[in-house]
Amino acid sequence: MSNSVIQVIDGFLANIGRTVLALFESIGQLVIFAALAVSHIFRPPFYLGSFGRQLMHIGFFSLPVVGLTALFTGGALALQIYSGGARFSAEAVVPSVVAIAMVRELGPVLGGLMVAGRVSASIAAELGTMRVTEQIDALTTLSTNPMKYLVAPRLLAATLVMPILVFIGDTIGIMGGFLVGTNRLGFNGATYLQNTWNFLEADDIISGLIKAAVFGFIVALLGCYNGYHSGRGAMGVGRATTNAVVSASVLILASNYILTEMFF
Amino acid sequence: MISIKNLHKSFGDNVVLSGVNVHVSAGHSLVVIGGSGTGKSVLLKCILGLITPDSGTIEVNGINPNSGNREAFLDQFGMLFQGGALFDSLPVWQNVSFRLLQGKHRLSKDDARDIAVEKLRRVGLKASVADQLPAELSGGMQKRVGLARAIAAEPEIIFFDEPTTGLDPIMSGVINELVREIVVEMGATAITITHDMSSVRAIADEVAMIHEGVVQWTGPIGNIDSSGDPYLDQFINARPHGPIESVR
Ligand SMILES: Nc1ncnc2c1ncn2[C@@H]1O[C@H](COP(=O)(O)OP(=O)(O)OP(=O)(O)O)[C@@H](O)[C@H]1O
Ligand SMILES: [Mg+2]
Repeated sequence: MSNSVIQVIDGFLANIGRTVLALFESIGQLVIFAALAVSHIFRPPFYLGSFGRQLMHIGFFSLPVVGLTALFTGGALALQIYSGGARFSAEAVVPSVVAIAMVRELGPVLGGLMVAGRVSASIAAELGTMRVTEQIDALTTLSTNPMKYLVAPRLLAATLVMPILVFIGDTIGIMGGFLVGTNRLGFNGATYLQNTWNFLEADDIISGLIKAAVFGFIVALLGCYNGYHSGRGAMGVGRATTNAVVSASVLILASNYILTEMFF
Repeated sequence: MISIKNLHKSFGDNVVLSGVNVHVSAGHSLVVIGGSGTGKSVLLKCILGLITPDSGTIEVNGINPNSGNREAFLDQFGMLFQGGALFDSLPVWQNVSFRLLQGKHRLSKDDARDIAVEKLRRVGLKASVADQLPAELSGGMQKRVGLARAIAAEPEIIFFDEPTTGLDPIMSGVINELVREIVVEMGATAITITHDMSSVRAIADEVAMIHEGVVQWTGPIGNIDSSGDPYLDQFINARPHGPIESVR
């Protein structure tokens, strides 16, 4: 009787132990992968062509997604803050709060999540396909280090281009708030802009852009890691893609909290 | 010279190689035969260090594949992968001359392209293929592009994983001749995996047959018909019945 209870508890604890160990193991592997990849960014040869293509692919082609996300978010934010502010007769805070929320939080986080969906997935699918069709092995046999040729340019490009992308997104988001504020909420255009400028501090912008760089790194890292270690066959690539998007998104949100605490 | 002693490799419960011994002298051509799934491709990948064996020793000119400078080690190799493994984002000519476009001694694009076109011609492909993407080619054409890539940098050691699978008989003949030429004229050391007995006879100096994780029989090509080994006899005569089970 008590024996079977002990067995159940034992099995339960063993399960927890296994899961925790597996979690730590994969975190460890990810950290090693990241360290190795970063070290390759700084050691020649450098693949500039590949880096340039990734800048286009990750940065330029993400502009529509990030821009639209920011535009609608900025607009919605203006409405919400207006209706919240109205309860304290503080409708006038709309421009400054929209700007601060956009620049410090929503621009980087939503931009990061959208890019995670787009870029992590495509990197994981591309590298995963290369893995299962032995293209990564072929690179190695052609004396080309796949970490250097495939992973390093993507990591560097994403980390550098994400702040630019988010900066543009921030601007568009503030413009979304401006459009709604002036057209729907009766703000005067000049005052709206004046208020935006007056209350926005350099720190707000810089902290947001640092977040963006970290998120860019996360997006590329998890895309590369999952693709690089893709299982065999189409199913392996599918799983790698899903894992890349999910883990990148969760890691963006978690690191966002940590970064926000640091800048607080 | 390639020397493999007592090589073991399992994937989980799947025991693939369990004590393989192979020796290839410099400038010789070894053909590896054996049933589907017996670990022939795994053997080549172990030699290249793409798969880490569980135990056993591998030496290529006295050097272990996973020790020391990987890139310098791999510089002496050319490899045709069973599935081609062409880079699908690069046009054919850049695939073929990939190695020539990397590293310290890289060639100019024009020179590399000229060499690519010349290698393509050797595997029976027209120059017009050079600017196409691998996905636009037929399976057999992709295979031949892979072959051209393997020989482009004129390596000392060449591995061909099923070079003639999926080719028509004439093209198979062309490729057999090419492999033979590479060994005889360039003095390369070659290991070829094939299921095609006419290729075996055309290409091999020595033959090794892998069965159930070990080398079942090995010897000079001249001896394969008189080996007296029931496994080898069944295999080269394509008999459905014999010591090798047909469900594996
Ligand atoms: N990366 C891998 N992970 C797990 N199992 C593998 C891996 N590579 C090969 N195997 C297994 O090893 C065994 C041998 O595979 P291998 O590709 O070497 O066969 P082969 O002799 O080349 O067969 P074929 O003539 O059909 O190409 C197979 O059972 C395969 O499932
Ligand atoms: Mg094979």
